[in-house]
Amino acid sequence: MECRTVLEHSQALKEREYSSVELTQALLEKSRSCAGLNAFITLTEEQALEQASHADKLIAKGEGGPLTGIPLVHKDLFCTKGVRTTCGSRILDNFISPYDATLVERLEQAGMVMLGKTNMDEFAMGSSTENSYYGPTRNPWGHERVPGGSSGGSAAAVAARLAPAATGTDTGGSIRQPAALCGLSGIKPSYGRVSRYGMVAFASSLDQGGVMALTSEDCAYVLQAMSGFDKKDSTSIDQPVPDYVNALSDSISGKVIGLPKEFFTDGVDEEVAQAIRESISMLEGLGARTIDIDLPNSAAGIPCYYVLAPAEASSNLARFDGVRYGHRASEYTDITEMYEATRSEGFGPEVKRRLLIGAYVLSIGYFEAYYVKAQKLRRLIADDFSKAFEKCDVIVGPTAPTTAFPIGLKTDDPVQMYLNDVFTNSANLAGLPAMSIPAGFDGQGLPIGMHLIGKYLDEATILNVAHHYQLNTDWHRRIPEGYA
Amino acid sequence: MSLDPDQIQQLARLVRLKFSESEADDFSGQLNDIIRMVEQMNQVNTSHIQPMSHPQDMKLRLREDVITEKDRHRDFQSGAPAADSGLYMVPRVVE
Repeated sequence: MECRTVLEHSQALKEREYSSVELTQALLEKSRSCAGLNAFITLTEEQALEQASHADKLIAKGEGGPLTGIPLVHKDLFCTKGVRTTCGSRILDNFISPYDATLVERLEQAGMVMLGKTNMDEFAMGSSTENSYYGPTRNPWGHERVPGGSSGGSAAAVAARLAPAATGTDTGGSIRQPAALCGLSGIKPSYGRVSRYGMVAFASSLDQGGVMALTSEDCAYVLQAMSGFDKKDSTSIDQPVPDYVNALSDSISGKVIGLPKEFFTDGVDEEVAQAIRESISMLEGLGARTIDIDLPNSAAGIPCYYVLAPAEASSNLARFDGVRYGHRASEYTDITEMYEATRSEGFGPEVKRRLLIGAYVLSIGYFEAYYVKAQKLRRLIADDFSKAFEKCDVIVGPTAPTTAFPIGLKTDDPVQMYLNDVFTNSANLAGLPAMSIPAGFDGQGLPIGMHLIGKYLDEATILNVAHHYQLNTDWHRRIPEGYA
Repeated sequence: MSLDPDQIQQLARLVRLKFSESEADDFSGQLNDIIRMVEQMNQVNTSHIQPMSHPQDMKLRLREDVITEKDRHRDFQSGAPAADSGLYMVPRVVE
């Protein structure tokens, strides 16, 4: 029962095969026995059972929707009223939010049951979940491997079948890359589609919440429930949310898939490239048409991102000062020392690196050369996508250049770590919806992810194409050994 | 352009971090790697390109200037490291 999808659970709950309380208990029990993965920072057992029991009452009355009684886990970056929210950081180790994030509130209203809060790279800065104050998360497909990041705890939890769905956030690939490395389906919607209210800010013009699950269909259901205008977020889009679920069954015949040559370079592992080529042939077999497109400024994506994201972060993270909440150092003589000691103790090395880079690129004398230059490149990258989408409906390539790498391999080399995002971060720069779905395994049995990028506000098309791919493949059905 | 440990100490002051000399040395290698990578931006000609600061071309929404939140200062201050009489307590700033 633990290994089922959201929709399978939904059906089973409706038919009273088991109750939400039974399902919740089983998943909590499994989560406790899989503590070695370090997927969770906090398990919310008592609250989960209360929510499940409430859901069972609704189901008994024939009320509730498709997500009523379905368990999920939240990345520990979404504020949850009364439950601590750490962002993987010592500086928020004791932080308990007085309110819920809009996303958390909406999923609770949809009847979903929160099992706990998942591990992550500190403040979502990382691609391996090794930058957490709470220690690294392990990949269920290989315990000596990283699960990807920054939403690595969420990805590991779903891959190990500790929960059928998880929320995540994606600033440069933090939903899609862990989904790829853990064999999951994960979608980052268009910027503005999901409210950022109550989502701890890293880089506000890039951050977007989304979901990871086993199938594109499950992603469609959960995304539907979390999306839509929120007056509490000044960048929330005031546009109707399409019916993602209904659009899944649309034919993909005649859909045009753009293949950027920049996404099929020597930098991609051959087994990954081969799996993506085969997957593209399968989509052609289902009636899609492919064309070659150009994204000529792709190579500038990583440098551009690693100026803009740290710049925004250095401003956003100024709020962690040991005054209003979170950690405060115990030894200081004046207020400046209090700030410096608090932040030096509270932040880990990757956050410190990004704060320093952010301060540097925003300093007088460097602002034009770095920050404004990066903003101009952002425009070129976004314009490349606009031109490409005049000719195609979806852009496809690999999500990450390699499968999951060993824990510790890249921790001393930040630039190598940053290159994990080489195919993902341009979608954030342009604000576009993008998704990763399982597309095969390498010789070591590690999952490979296929990346689908859609037009602005057109999550429906990428979910639709992904769904048809999954109707004809079973990569997304594979379970890592020991977790069935 | 590369950063020496003194410049790193200067940046650290700007973001309110404190580094020992050996820490500043440790960070300088990695920060310079990052800056070298970032400088690949210069390979692209961006003259006459308008900077893009945000993915949306939207105007900021305005709203009526009315109170929408309740006074919850007790809730908000319950997690503060030091609060007293509704105030956040910090080391003396003005003598």
